Amino acid sequence: MALKHQPVVIKLCLLTAAMFGFGYALVPLYDVFCDLTGLNGKTSTMAATAEAAIPDKQREVLVEFIARPNNNMPWVFEPVVHKMRVHPGEIHRIDYLAHNITGRSMTAQAVPSVSPGQAALYFNKMECFCFTQQHLTAGQQLLMPLQFYVDPALPEQFSTITLSYTLYEVDAVAPVTAETATGDNNE
Amino acid sequence: MSTVTTDPHAHAEHEHHGPAKGLKRWLYTTNHKDIGTLYLLFSLLMFFIGGAMAMVIRAELFQPGLQIVDPNFFNQMTTVHGLIMVFGAVMPAFTGLANWLIPMMIGAPDMALPRMNNWSFWILPFAFSILLASLFMEGGGPSFGWTFYAPLSTTYSNDSTALFVFSVHIMGISSIMGAINVIVTIMNLRAPGMTYMKMPLFVWTWFITAYLLIAVMPVLAGVVTMVLTDKYFGTSFFDAAGGGDPVLFQHIFWFFGHPEVYIMILPAFGIISSIVPTFSRKPLFGYASMVYATSSIALLSFLVWAHHMFTTGMPVAAELFFMYCTMLIAVPTGVKVFNWVATMWRGAMTFEVPMMFSLAFIVLFTIGGFSGLMLAITPADFQYHDTYFVVAHFHYVLVTGAVFSIMAAAYYWLPKWTGHMYDETLGQWHFWCSLISVNVLFFPMHFVGLAGMPRRIPDYALQFADFNALISIGGFAFGLSQLLFVWLVVKCIKGGEKATDQVWEGAEGLEWTIASPAPYHSFTTPPEIK
Repeated sequence: MALKHQPVVIKLCLLTAAMFGFGYALVPLYDVFCDLTGLNGKTSTMAATAEAAIPDKQREVLVEFIARPNNNMPWVFEPVVHKMRVHPGEIHRIDYLAHNITGRSMTAQAVPSVSPGQAALYFNKMECFCFTQQHLTAGQQLLMPLQFYVDPALPEQFSTITLSYTLYEVDAVAPVTAETATGDNNE
Repeated sequence: MSTVTTDPHAHAEHEHHGPAKGLKRWLYTTNHKDIGTLYLLFSLLMFFIGGAMAMVIRAELFQPGLQIVDPNFFNQMTTVHGLIMVFGAVMPAFTGLANWLIPMMIGAPDMALPRMNNWSFWILPFAFSILLASLFMEGGGPSFGWTFYAPLSTTYSNDSTALFVFSVHIMGISSIMGAINVIVTIMNLRAPGMTYMKMPLFVWTWFITAYLLIAVMPVLAGVVTMVLTDKYFGTSFFDAAGGGDPVLFQHIFWFFGHPEVYIMILPAFGIISSIVPTFSRKPLFGYASMVYATSSIALLSFLVWAHHMFTTGMPVAAELFFMYCTMLIAVPTGVKVFNWVATMWRGAMTFEVPMMFSLAFIVLFTIGGFSGLMLAITPADFQYHDTYFVVAHFHYVLVTGAVFSIMAAAYYWLPKWTGHMYDETLGQWHFWCSLISVNVLFFPMHFVGLAGMPRRIPDYALQFADFNALISIGGFAFGLSQLLFVWLVVKCIKGGEKATDQVWEGAEGLEWTIASPAPYHSFTTPPEIK
């Protein structure tokens, strides 16, 4: 009797293990899916090359900049300019101010997010402080550069792009995962 | 609930003994009827514990303002009420019914893996002791809602989260073992001649439910593990600071969560499909279409999870995809409802308590289905999201759906389990009190929800005061009505009119061919199915 059940039981146990694995596989699958489609507003962690040469002077896109330190992050962190109108294809540069107002040295990592999510694929950063970690000694201030352009292929329905940065303390977050490690972020 | 002595007529060989005496009988039992009874009694106990929490919630919401409990405790009540009712009341009740009925319905002597069966029940009390004990920890138990969205359950939760995670692990292991047992039993132990398409629908729906359980309970185990490691071991699955994404939590959770709601309703479809033909004295209309409808609901349930997440900022194309898939589920569900109605059409109907609960199920579950369709409409969902409209919807499908079907099943098979007819008058009182109070309880929730009252909040705006007082009165009445059920079950176990083997005039199926009460060992030699 037991022998008759064994093959079915083994298959069902394997199925259970496979589904447990599938739950974990959803994590990288989700990242790949979001990278391909830009669905969750994650921008590329790599610097873009400036090949988009011809700016589209006919079109204007409003780019808004939001920056905030995470709840447990006692730094001042804000963009110098809060919004600007750009022509797609034009390269722009703005600065973000970071000020470590604490009495100790800290290391921070800014994590970007673009809204609406689908516009993330068309927002290209050629240079960004978010590619690396920022180390500020006690009381130090730093202007951090961001150089970007909006891809002229941005679909017509998007007239506003909001770029949001959240600044996290790195030491508080123990290991750096594969996601942040893809940028060259050695201290 | 089960029989204490073996019936000498039921089987010739007498080396099989009756059950052991005392507590050891229940601790060591591998008998499917004993384990079924344990599951059902455990589920009843959990139903009252979860119900007591609902009473706390309704008492607090009786008036606007904060009067009885503080908001943190209120949140613990909504969270643990949900967890207990889903994993402690509804799922074990269906597993208990599966244990009792599947072997008797397919002509098997027992479940295929009886020792594992014992284990899958006996780990449950530990799971729920852990969960309930966490309420007494410093800072209280889990308070992030039964859906434990990150970062509520990671960054902002207290240390009871660890206990919550382990109790969910144990519940999951129990469900998976139960599901494996059901599948092996159905595949290997059907009586000779019982082909798949001759199986009773309760067996069919449980067969499909068991596959759903095996497919999604491991995903739940995975997601609670991720919450645990995010909180305690420095991983960043759901933490943007480390490259994770809190929305990912919702995708993984609802990939489990949506099939889970069908896990809680498919066996109910099987129960109703058994009861309606009996009291209509006609065979079930459209047996094959019922099987296919159940399978399509199960398959579609994997493609609709993001309809819980319309407001997370998904692109329109994805919202439309999930909206259409969700609406598609109404088609096989409609097939079922029409089949039940067609079964009753021109039948010689009588209205005993199981039939009354089944009829109430068909009407009220359909109302819950319709409000589900309303919620599936993406643009409208932005208004309904996280309001009492959602609470009304899922209580219609889970209370007047799943719980009513379990009540119907209990009344329908109680005479077979105990050998006594239940008290019909008391049963009708239980039914009518439950029916009226449950609608007073949940129907006005649609209105306050549409008017914008948010769920999971211990206070509300003044204009909702009258409806909430009414809802609370309905809630207390529904809770008290269930005491009638306990009284009735106790009375039925102790004695009552002797039940015949067939019990119900129109009942068909193998379980009605054996003695009432069902002997401790049944179908030791398999019956022949023509």
